[in-house]
Amino acid sequence: MIAAPHLSLADLAPLLFVFGAACVGVLVEAFAPRESRHPVQVAVALVGTVGALVSTLFLAGAHEVTAGGALAVDGAGLFLQATIAGLGALAILLFAERSLDPARSAFVAAAAVPVGSPRDRELATSERVQTEVYPLATFAIGGMLLFVAANDLLIMFVALEVLSLPLYLISGLARRRRLLSQEAALKYFLLGAFASGFFLYGLALVYGATGSVQLRDIRAAATAGGTDVLLVLGLGLLVVGLLFKASVAPFHTWTPDVYQGAATPVTAFMAACTKVAAFGAILRLLYVGFGTSEWTWRPLIYGVAIVSMVVGAVLGLTQTDLKRMLAYSSIAHAGFLLTGVIGLGPGGTGSGLSATIFYLLAYGLSTIGIFAVLTLVRDGDGEASHLSQWAGLASRSPVTAALMSLFLLSMAGIPLTAGFTAKFAVFRAAIQAGAWPLVVVALLASAVAAFYYLRVIVLMYFSPPSVEGPTVGVPGLPTTLVLAITATATLALGIFPGAVLDIAQRAAIFVG
Amino acid sequence: MTLTYYLVLAAMLFTIGAVGVLVRRNAIVVFMCVELMLNSANLTLVTFSRAHGTVDGQVMAFFVMVVAAAEVVVGLAIIMSIYRTRRSASVDDANLLKY
Repeated sequence: MIAAPHLSLADLAPLLFVFGAACVGVLVEAFAPRESRHPVQVAVALVGTVGALVSTLFLAGAHEVTAGGALAVDGAGLFLQATIAGLGALAILLFAERSLDPARSAFVAAAAVPVGSPRDRELATSERVQTEVYPLATFAIGGMLLFVAANDLLIMFVALEVLSLPLYLISGLARRRRLLSQEAALKYFLLGAFASGFFLYGLALVYGATGSVQLRDIRAAATAGGTDVLLVLGLGLLVVGLLFKASVAPFHTWTPDVYQGAATPVTAFMAACTKVAAFGAILRLLYVGFGTSEWTWRPLIYGVAIVSMVVGAVLGLTQTDLKRMLAYSSIAHAGFLLTGVIGLGPGGTGSGLSATIFYLLAYGLSTIGIFAVLTLVRDGDGEASHLSQWAGLASRSPVTAALMSLFLLSMAGIPLTAGFTAKFAVFRAAIQAGAWPLVVVALLASAVAAFYYLRVIVLMYFSPPSVEGPTVGVPGLPTTLVLAITATATLALGIFPGAVLDIAQRAAIFVG
Repeated sequence: MTLTYYLVLAAMLFTIGAVGVLVRRNAIVVFMCVELMLNSANLTLVTFSRAHGTVDGQVMAFFVMVVAAAEVVVGLAIIMSIYRTRRSASVDDANLLKY
């Protein structure tokens, strides 16, 4: 007789909201008439994500392990879940924008129609849209919420796939430049599946070494046994799988291609939410599972943090496409985030965890905002993402240029923006943990990266506009809302960071 | 009967899969190599399950199979959509995005 595990449905409310909305979305796709699908799908997805956000707020302060030890409901997990749900809702709003593109959507009318066929040309100019992207994105958000709460490597693996598989598909759904979009989906899929193979083999080795896949048992085994080769090898493979998702160099090769090829709202979604989810899982695995055997992972994380910061900062300099430049910027930011991961002192002391989760929130908000600005500037063939097309944009649209500058300054970490507070917090945590050489590298990398952010600002304000420049679209309500929220939050987190930093500090607890 | 042979076999299969992903050019074959990696992990799980005398590892192998099946659906859909446009499933031909 097998006893049913204890399952607290209230603790699972965020997950139930999002997965419920995703299932309803699939039914809407099947049964609702085509004309009414778009508004209904947007509403369902928003109810799911906002419901998840609100339920995490109600759960604040919870501290327990449920579902037979498979799920952890704790401060850090809930903070990250709230971040993912909120950023996910903003991304859904970007998906729902219909007034920018002349064809009324950023997504393809029928993904199954071959590119360049007569039917494809006919559909490209029609107002038909495919609404499958909403349930797919909702499933991905559900996977991310599960990923940061998983207290069990098997659940972590399943969540990894639940978040990845829909992402592979939606990165191939761009309406314009479809060949690039499909190519991005193929590259993302093949490399993503490769990385999950590593994660799974690591899981198998850890299971062999400890006889369990629950983080609590792994911690006990690591504390008692210590130097088991299988365990260390397994940890290495697990971390490789997770670093791939977080687009940390040297596992970053897919990032620029996928960011450039996918539709810009999808890129915003991937860049913000996936990063939060992947770092949530990395933090939980390292702090909860291997927190007592830090020597096994600290040198590895130290090394990849340096590689990631340097690669992101230096290669970002050579880019001429804004979306690719932001991809390298996200690689550099992954390195800065790892600086925060290093910032956890022995025995769970230090401010590394709270600094990292605050950084994820600040970075996610700025990222969604910057990609939202990118969707506004367009030429005849979709978004004008080439750097030269942005010359003199300030004289054409001062508001767009000002918003872009704000988000770029936040990315660069200039004071009075969210990026500065976040960077300050992770660097302070790393110094407190004695990792000052890492912080020196991080400061140098920030200085190099600041050059390419500021270059865009200089280009917008001090270059003469070209005659055949891009047009700046008038955004509809969804994009306006996203821009307002992200710009306000970026400023607020920079000027009055106290309240949110305080919440992050109180939330920075993992249940073991 | 020693279980080490099974672990060594699984490690060899994993390596063959990983090398295959890196050197093969056809997207379908690359994908098959990924599946080989997942299945070598399954073999490892089942072997360790036997070694520990619990059924956890065998149950996990079922989870992995379900996930792998879902991955096949998504992967083949993406590869098919590329193939219908380009008449080729070679990963070398998909080279519009670079630098």
